[in-house]
Amino acid sequence: MAFSYLLFIVLGIGLLFYVAASRRVSRARMYGSRFHSLPGYYGLWAGILAAVPSTLLLVVWSLIDIQLFQHWVRDFYPAEILLAGGSQEIVALAKVENLVSGIRFGEPEPWLVQASEAWLGWAETSTLAKTVVVLGVSFCLGFLGFRKIDPEFRARNAVERIFSWALISASTIAILTTIGIVLSVLFETIRFFQLVPPTEFIFGTEWNPQFEGAERAGSGGGDAKYGMLPMFAGTFLISAIAIIVAVPVGLASAIYLAEYATRKVRSTIKPLLEILAGVPTVVYGFFAALTVAPAIKGIGESLGLSVASESALAAGLVMGVMIIPFVSSLSDDVINAVPQSLRDAALGLGSTKSETTRQVVLPAALPGIVAAIILAVSRAVGETMIVVMAAGLAANLSFNPLDAVTTVTSQIVTILVGDQEFESAKTLSAFALSTMLIILTLGLNFFALQIVKKYREQYD
Amino acid sequence: MTDIVTKGLSPQEASARVQASLKQRRQKERRFRRLGLAAVLLALTFLAVLFTGILSKGLPGMFQYYVKLDVELDRARLDPLGDLSDASLYSGDAEAMILESALLTVDGEGGRKVKKTLRKMVSSGSAIRLIDFVKSHPELLGTRQQIKFAVDDDIDSFLRGFIQRDTPAKDRRIDDLTIEIVDKWESKGLISYELSDYLFFGSASRDAEMAGIKGALIGSLLTLAICISIAFPLGVAAAVYLEELAPKNRWTELIEININNLAAVPSVVFGIMGLAIFIVTFGMPRSVPLVGGVVLALMTLPTIIISSRAAIRAVPPSIRDAALGIGASKMQVIFHHVIPLAMPGMLTGTIIGMAQALGETAPLLMIGMVAFIVDIPGGFTDPATVLPVQIFMWADFAERMFIQKTSAAILVLLAFLVTMNAAAIALRKKLERRW
Repeated sequence: MAFSYLLFIVLGIGLLFYVAASRRVSRARMYGSRFHSLPGYYGLWAGILAAVPSTLLLVVWSLIDIQLFQHWVRDFYPAEILLAGGSQEIVALAKVENLVSGIRFGEPEPWLVQASEAWLGWAETSTLAKTVVVLGVSFCLGFLGFRKIDPEFRARNAVERIFSWALISASTIAILTTIGIVLSVLFETIRFFQLVPPTEFIFGTEWNPQFEGAERAGSGGGDAKYGMLPMFAGTFLISAIAIIVAVPVGLASAIYLAEYATRKVRSTIKPLLEILAGVPTVVYGFFAALTVAPAIKGIGESLGLSVASESALAAGLVMGVMIIPFVSSLSDDVINAVPQSLRDAALGLGSTKSETTRQVVLPAALPGIVAAIILAVSRAVGETMIVVMAAGLAANLSFNPLDAVTTVTSQIVTILVGDQEFESAKTLSAFALSTMLIILTLGLNFFALQIVKKYREQYD
Repeated sequence: MTDIVTKGLSPQEASARVQASLKQRRQKERRFRRLGLAAVLLALTFLAVLFTGILSKGLPGMFQYYVKLDVELDRARLDPLGDLSDASLYSGDAEAMILESALLTVDGEGGRKVKKTLRKMVSSGSAIRLIDFVKSHPELLGTRQQIKFAVDDDIDSFLRGFIQRDTPAKDRRIDDLTIEIVDKWESKGLISYELSDYLFFGSASRDAEMAGIKGALIGSLLTLAICISIAFPLGVAAAVYLEELAPKNRWTELIEININNLAAVPSVVFGIMGLAIFIVTFGMPRSVPLVGGVVLALMTLPTIIISSRAAIRAVPPSIRDAALGIGASKMQVIFHHVIPLAMPGMLTGTIIGMAQALGETAPLLMIGMVAFIVDIPGGFTDPATVLPVQIFMWADFAERMFIQKTSAAILVLLAFLVTMNAAAIALRKKLERRW
């Protein structure tokens, strides 16, 4: 672990320069020099110069060198692997990396031994060079910072400028993450659409991904079918069931808590309901698969209905329970935001509390409530573990809640868990599905915000 | 004098009509109120059902059945090289010795069939357990000791009553001979029901009776350590910038829109990003806490930023003005006053974000933390799994006993989450100031 040792050493050097610089300034101040800033700022200046650029260099170097090795090692591959390309190369790379980390399966081929020896050689050179360069940069910059100490030097301004740049770059991480998400799905989606025409994907009613050579060649033939409609139908069905459970219960609870409950009851019940949102989804999934689904199957069969053992109803019901707090908490906030004067006016005219609530408070809070419901829908659409564990994988284009259906998220997980072949249309289809999922959830989110913006009543 | 218009209803009639409608309206009022109460109770019932369901399965899952066997700790057979090294102990004869002790419990009788049955009845991890016992008590070598071994998961399920005695033998997972031997053990008082040490100190295993959560728990802690050390500083820094320094312009607006969007992106998408960027593009290893922690950090960042901003906004402007007024610089105001005062709120948000990260499964499946890993991870770049993923994997296994182990693991996970949330609430109560 050269990386962590080096990191600690660099941080240690930074600390050293911090202490040295601040002590030097405080001693000079004792003898009467008038420095522009407090000693700590000179210390920070030298310490940051010593530690930060070298740490960044260390991280970047460690990320890049493996990339380079992976590129260089291709020179060792036998010609037939290079010709076959794609997955063959990935397998070859994995073999080399295994050998490098000391895992041997039987007697490795000669080219593998050569490649791994070369790799180890590069790694050694790289580590040595990295150590020398990083420590050198750290010392030189720290020394330069130290040399700059002078009563005229405005250390505080310099340090504050560095800090404000650090804060700015921290805030751009949100943008970088978004770009990362978009890029990571975009290229694979485009590659998928080169193999499978977008119209077939968007309007196809059959989903049957296969590892077939045929569609890799671009003919789109074989048995593989990539129509996303069954999955979106399944997602829609399960989300609809969840919403049918969550909205009445959540909304009625919110109204009760906001309008009728005493402060004490409210302050106990609200956190209790929020526990439902804090339970990990894998727990809901386990509960749905183990308790709810068999119960529904049992009830259905006693009524003479045929129920799939992984029915959409089970997943939807449990998901509905999970999103009750989203509906109730958000609606509760919105209802509380309706000004008391509106209620007082309605009550003063002689309406009962329920009439006030239904005819005055709810219409005033409606945009917010609709937004809350849309956000809950978006949560249900993106929910993964419950459907993976309880909804099954059968891509039926069905709106019968007793059938087994599959959803977008559960297909993504099924395709991408385990080993992937990044060349096959099957793997790429997961990225295309993710693109659709992102568009759908962000669209819902945007829609909710627009509703709030457009219909928000401005009181006072 | 004013003429009262007497057209329409007389006061008596009006009053009667109002009285009549009032009764109906009051009834409606009561119905509405009861409806609300019923909804609250229904939601609480769901909560109660969920928790009783998990508790009723999880608490028994904390325990398992053991059988006590008298083992003759023969030095020559257990430790053939005589130096107590792993090599020596593992080349020893531990497995056969356990089988012999088991044969003693059925009074030594029986041919190959009994032997074969007995071998299946004691957990296959027993030899390692015996070796560990010898390692920790070398002074007992040469004596005769009573040692507890886990029974096989089918026997465990039988003792719990999940496998019925009166089912026809061919439909049962265990045969008549096995039941006979279990009865013999029970009548001799050799069977005990105890807190499962495999659950807390064992690692992942295909054998239900030996499966434990230690590896997953350590994996979770390593992942959370990475997550918090990235998400907390970045989140606080971003919040400080947006609240205290950012000019109101397009760029700031763009950042804010992005934060809100990220909060709405399904968690599985963060996993896909982790797969595509960290694993495929940067060539980082699969299944390691480092990548898992980074992905979860990006996922929890919006939560931390949003709650930190709220905490910073709650610091009254008068404090900033006072500090500026006596000559502090903008940065000094931020670092000496605003951040310390907003810290409780920021920490609360961070703990809630970490609780979210601890319970998250889907993104970690994407980056391969779903591998079957027996070794307990020792560092951030060792292959590992985490508690929720372990629960997901166990939930898929067919053996009856895995249901209990899964429920017990869920209980442990929930205990952590409850503790974290309680800590967040306590922190908020204790440190929050109102101005």
